[in-house]
Amino acid sequence: MGIGLTTLLLIAALTPLGFLAYRLGRGKALATVASGVRMHSRPQQYGWYSVVWMGIPALGIAIAAALLSLLGVIAPARELVLIVSIAVGLLGFAYGLKAIRPEVRARNALDNVVRYLLLSAALISIITTVSIVLSILFESMRFFREVSVWEFVTGTVWSPGDTFLEAAGRGDEVGEGTSFFGTVPLFAGTFMVTAIAMATALPIGLLSAIFMSEYATPRQRGIAKPILEILAGIPTVVYGFFAAVTVTPIIVDIASFFGLDASYSNILSPGIVMGIMIIPFISSLSDDVINSIPQSLREGAYALGTTHSETIKQVILPASLPGVISAFLLGVSRALGETMIVVMAAGVRPNLTWNPLEDMTTVTVSIVYSLTGDLAFDSPMTLSAFALGLVLFTVTLLLNLVSTYLVRRFKQKYD
Amino acid sequence: MSARDLNLWYGDTQALYDINLDMYNREVTALIGPSGCGKSTFLRCLNRMNDLIPQVRMKGQVSLEGEDIYDSSVDVVQLRTFVGMVFQKPNPFPKSIYENIAYAPRLHGTGTSRSELDDLVESSLKRAGLWNEVADRLDTAGTELSGGQQQRLCIARAIAVNPEVILMDEPASALDPLATATVEELIHELKDNYTIVIVTHNLQQAARVAGYTAFFHMGKVIEFNDTDTLFTNPAEQRTEDYITGRFG
Amino acid sequence: MERRLTGSANNAMIRKRYRREARFKAYTITALFVAFGIIAAFFTDIIGQGHSAFWRTEVQVTLDYNERAERIGRFALAEDMREIVSRGAVRSIPLEIRNNPELAGIQREIWAPAYSRIDQYRKGNEALSPELAAQVEQLEREGRIRTTFNWAFFTSGDSKLPELAGIFSAAVGSLMVLAVTLAFAFPIGVMAAIYLEEFAPDNKLTQAIEVNINNLAAVPSIIFGLLGLAVFINTFGVPRSSALVGGLTLGLMTLPIIIISTRAALRSVPDPIRLGGFAMGCSRWQVVRDHVMPLSLPGILTGTIIGLAQAMGETAPLIIVGMIAYIPEAPSSIFESATVLPAQVFTWASEPRKAFVEKTGAGIMVLLAILLTLNATAVLLRRKFERRW
Repeated sequence: MGIGLTTLLLIAALTPLGFLAYRLGRGKALATVASGVRMHSRPQQYGWYSVVWMGIPALGIAIAAALLSLLGVIAPARELVLIVSIAVGLLGFAYGLKAIRPEVRARNALDNVVRYLLLSAALISIITTVSIVLSILFESMRFFREVSVWEFVTGTVWSPGDTFLEAAGRGDEVGEGTSFFGTVPLFAGTFMVTAIAMATALPIGLLSAIFMSEYATPRQRGIAKPILEILAGIPTVVYGFFAAVTVTPIIVDIASFFGLDASYSNILSPGIVMGIMIIPFISSLSDDVINSIPQSLREGAYALGTTHSETIKQVILPASLPGVISAFLLGVSRALGETMIVVMAAGVRPNLTWNPLEDMTTVTVSIVYSLTGDLAFDSPMTLSAFALGLVLFTVTLLLNLVSTYLVRRFKQKYD
Repeated sequence: MSARDLNLWYGDTQALYDINLDMYNREVTALIGPSGCGKSTFLRCLNRMNDLIPQVRMKGQVSLEGEDIYDSSVDVVQLRTFVGMVFQKPNPFPKSIYENIAYAPRLHGTGTSRSELDDLVESSLKRAGLWNEVADRLDTAGTELSGGQQQRLCIARAIAVNPEVILMDEPASALDPLATATVEELIHELKDNYTIVIVTHNLQQAARVAGYTAFFHMGKVIEFNDTDTLFTNPAEQRTEDYITGRFG
Repeated sequence: MERRLTGSANNAMIRKRYRREARFKAYTITALFVAFGIIAAFFTDIIGQGHSAFWRTEVQVTLDYNERAERIGRFALAEDMREIVSRGAVRSIPLEIRNNPELAGIQREIWAPAYSRIDQYRKGNEALSPELAAQVEQLEREGRIRTTFNWAFFTSGDSKLPELAGIFSAAVGSLMVLAVTLAFAFPIGVMAAIYLEEFAPDNKLTQAIEVNINNLAAVPSIIFGLLGLAVFINTFGVPRSSALVGGLTLGLMTLPIIIISTRAALRSVPDPIRLGGFAMGCSRWQVVRDHVMPLSLPGILTGTIIGLAQAMGETAPLIIVGMIAYIPEAPSSIFESATVLPAQVFTWASEPRKAFVEKTGAGIMVLLAILLTLNATAVLLRRKFERRW
């Protein structure tokens, strides 16, 4: 019996029981009230009270069993779990009904149940993070058992493809050490594309933000802001198409006009398009920050006889610097993790170069390519995706932490 | 400095009515009155700070040494180098103490060489009575000073531009009594070199620092006289009521 | 009288400063207009690439249900039409004859979709051999070739034949994935937000949850794909490529967005409303359920729509969990292999054949239309119910 079917059967059994528990619980309370006895809580609340007594222990048993078998402690048969939890549900049902007495504080009990239910929902976010960390860490460790961390960090050749032969049992056909997991060229590509993206996004985003918060009339601002935000709503796959089909040929044409030779999967094109994608992040975050600079600081500068742009450059921008840096870091974190644009428009060939007109590949491209083949799940190539994911996760997490720290300090200063 | 028939509206609401007021050179003029009476609004008219608020409309004349400051040919930036301002809440720039003061002179070209600027910073800080406290840490951030020091830094900043008039909008209201006393003393000394217009809520403060006082009420100047006369022998009933604490 | 205030007229320094002012302002305006220009170029480009896919060429042909056509559908066509008419149009003829033997031997006139190269030729995208071009010319003159609205683009699934490929199965896949995402992320997200905003004591655990949620919102989406692969597929055994695994993966990704916006909506309800409820003897949960929730519902919905729009445009994590399969038929349950609109766009974009470029463009147009509508709905909803307390 599959886990889906078990869950379905459990729900199918518990739902009518719950319904019945509510009717009977409320009925008993109504009857008590009708006989002239004052009860602590309302009849419906006693109804829910018996539902809780029926459902919580039964579900608890089922969830505990599922967790135990997942963690591999014991693996009880699913039929057994199903029967036991329904039996426990019936027991709870009977007890709950019996427990309904005038002095029982059903409402308070329900409030507590609701409270813990809500808490457990909030804990899901923690569970998500923990399972992200655990799953990538676990798979990465399997990877590093086969590939040395040193090679991973300092190696300049990335060619996981050869391990395909090894995985296929033909390892002897390739010479010793033909699969290389040196990530330097991947990080070089990621760094290059991020640098190009930020060089595009920062000036346009920041200057637009300055216009909207300092020069624009409320009307102009009301028009310009939503238009810029359209950029944030465009899916990355669309940007990827735009980069590959439109921007890349333009760059190749321009390069050949200047007598330069540009690759058709040059890194410049995805970099620029990624920058376009990041413009709204930079502009709206900077806009917020500039707007939260107190008016008194502006007036202080004006009172000394400064022009508007002098006030902006010498007073407002320095004051909002932490916020702008924070926006910048968030943008960098976006660019590092961006996948579709580079998958569609950048190259797949690891290439260590300083020339943005050449093709380069990135960390995210390698993750996608090592997971889309028909490889066995435990081949080093597949596992390498998790090792790369681990690095990506760590770096973006750090960037985000620094960025929130800066924003918090900034807000404390001006609130 | 003087204002003639000055009327001002925020959108449709009139905030100032026919203000006529002379602020004499090298004297301290205090503007007193209950909150919302228009005294701060009037003060901000004197260096055209209200230009920054889009809904404000103004009629009438304000002149500095006979020149109408609202004349279309007047350059606001230039005007503000003649009429400086100190605000209610100290607002030092997020820069070092030195840069806070050197910033405007460098901008206006009144101090160009490093040694000129050094001198200017020192003399401004001395005149603001802050030199002894900060001489050894000019490169710390202005925002790290205490409230009273910050306010004196803002005054030093205003002095460094070498204005003729300094407007002060309740400069001591955010300070503790000790810092207030220091600032008041400073105003007293500055009077010899600058024309000062000060808005204050604190009647004692007006009596202590100002040679002349104007009483504002509901957007009008009710009474204007030398401070002694206004406080001891007001001509208007409303002035007396306000001074003796019957309203406001 | 000395004129001192009209400085700009006679002071070179001030004139220079004003020039700098004008230049700086011009930079900011330029930046904004560069951004606008990019947006305009972007939309013009996409529409230019994609609009032609909404039209297709059809050819009037005579189908001859002869004996050879009972085995291979192409023989139902006259020999000179086999290069003109789509293979897909006659593929099902043997099956038709088997199901309906009366058809054998009769002849029928129909308008069939043209072969994609003919279609592309008429749209001016591709060249044809002179003979074929002459034949198309001949058909034009006889009025046996026409352009019609390409309904098939909306009603059929993916196909290896560009003239027959459509977005239907991807759209169904997207709907299923979004349904799973919504069913997972909405209740949990709203509950978590209610806990954090209304119930949580200010302790270490609460702070940990808050920091965690904010960080989760900034984790690159591809990492969620790795999580989905490792946890849902490898540990829980959810079928790969299914709408279920895609929906759950996107659900985890959408969760922090819903939590953050729901908290903002709850926070905007002023405290006196809660106090009023408590004063009438309501419990905390009753106050939340009866007073706070109804007032913050528009805000919660707005956040949810924005979160769903984001999930709908997401591709990278879905590729990782295998949702880029070739899906010609719409999936009938969330356990079957499925694809989604953006993944379909990706698949078409990686097709080397030129006829797929317009398909990609058209797919993007549909996707963008849906996403812009969703986002505009969210904005309108917010504006309509925005309340000043």
